[in-house]
Amino acid sequence: MLLGTLVPLQAVAFALVALGAPLVVLTRDPLRQALVNGIYGVSLVCLFVVLQAADPALSMLVVSGIGYPLVILAAVTRVRGHERTEQKKDEKQ
Amino acid sequence: MSYLPYVVAAWICLVGIAGIATSRNLIHLAVCLTVTQSSSYVLLLSVGYVKHGKAPIFIGTKVGSTAADPVVQALTLTDVVVSVAVIALILALALDAHRLSGSVDPDGIADVSG
Amino acid sequence: MSRRMRMLVLGPALLGLGALFAWAIAGLPAFGDYRGPYGFVLNRVVVPLRHTTNVVMGTTFDVRGLDTMGEEFILYAAIVGVTLLLRDETRSRQAERRTSRLDEDAVRLVGVAMIGGGLLVGLWLMAFGYITPGGGFQGGVLAAGAVLLLYLVGSHRDYRPFRNEHFLDPLEAVGAGGYIIVGLAALASGTAFLTNLFGLGTTGTLVSSGSIALLNWASALAVSCAMLLLFAEFLETYVVPLEPEDAAS
Repeated sequence: MLLGTLVPLQAVAFALVALGAPLVVLTRDPLRQALVNGIYGVSLVCLFVVLQAADPALSMLVVSGIGYPLVILAAVTRVRGHERTEQKKDEKQ
Repeated sequence: MSYLPYVVAAWICLVGIAGIATSRNLIHLAVCLTVTQSSSYVLLLSVGYVKHGKAPIFIGTKVGSTAADPVVQALTLTDVVVSVAVIALILALALDAHRLSGSVDPDGIADVSG
Repeated sequence: MSRRMRMLVLGPALLGLGALFAWAIAGLPAFGDYRGPYGFVLNRVVVPLRHTTNVVMGTTFDVRGLDTMGEEFILYAAIVGVTLLLRDETRSRQAERRTSRLDEDAVRLVGVAMIGGGLLVGLWLMAFGYITPGGGFQGGVLAAGAVLLLYLVGSHRDYRPFRNEHFLDPLEAVGAGGYIIVGLAALASGTAFLTNLFGLGTTGTLVSSGSIALLNWASALAVSCAMLLLFAEFLETYVVPLEPEDAAS
């Protein structure tokens, strides 16, 4: 095939990652973006496995499944909670 | 076509930077930063790939068979875990900015005085 | 500069950066055509020299051990920064907040099963890091995530022992400092910092690879405590107490 030294599986993995990155950036709402980032993380894990990198794949799996959603969701919750208390203060005045 | 991996890495980096520059929300900005960081991982691992090579783990396989480069994999795996803490620090700063100025818009914070 | 100016500058800037990338990519070898000597040398040399079958771990903790020390300190510094920004002494002494408890039994059952599974897999990854893929970094985050699941599935009271700062801060310091102490032990006996001094054992068993095992455990402790601290700071400071109107809506 015309893929040079790329195995077709690797070409598909690269294409998925190249498609996922603009999707993450174009999702403007942070809450939805956390989910899209998780899916992008899974596509990165598939890419790392196909590139014969087992340890980085484990790291990315654990981090994109546990680390990133947690800190993003906690930040979003706090911002909304703050905005709600500010709104209540304005309504009371 | 043999340069597709590097083009993908450059594309992800440019997309991430465009996202950071056009962002209207500091949390969205932090996630775009993670996308930019992932482009460096893709580049590192693509450079370290050896044709017909296996993973550099030699349990059950003979030492000396072709395997991918372990140095770039070592750099990537520690980097991925550390980036969580760095993003957490950026988000904590964003939350402090929100608490002080009332908005998460990067353009809205510039007017805070004192 | 105003937003409009920024957008006008962004387009040409990205094009210029793209041109630089294209120039750089033209000079790279084709994908798969790996020429550098270090990969080939390490793949042949690390297993007989250090008795560890996971060459990536051998590189992380022995051949490039200094880089990993730097990365661990980046982690430590970031956690210190988050703690300084977010830890509020007055808030932690308030009365216990009301938090909602999960009602759906199916979700609770799956969550509880996953706590045990996650913790065991995390510990296994940490322990066998230098034999099969894994290591202190991956296992540490997974084990901390399993403990966090305790917070999500159980109640705040079940999770409270694991967010105790007086317990987590010293443990994380022990992990980060333990790395340095293992390196200094080599220095104290006349060889270079972080030389692998200890007995090398049999390849493929848990008793192998000398100081790589010790450094692996130290970094596992540091990373898991760092993640637990991170979760504790974010969750504790960011749990907004439920108002009665909010509970009804």
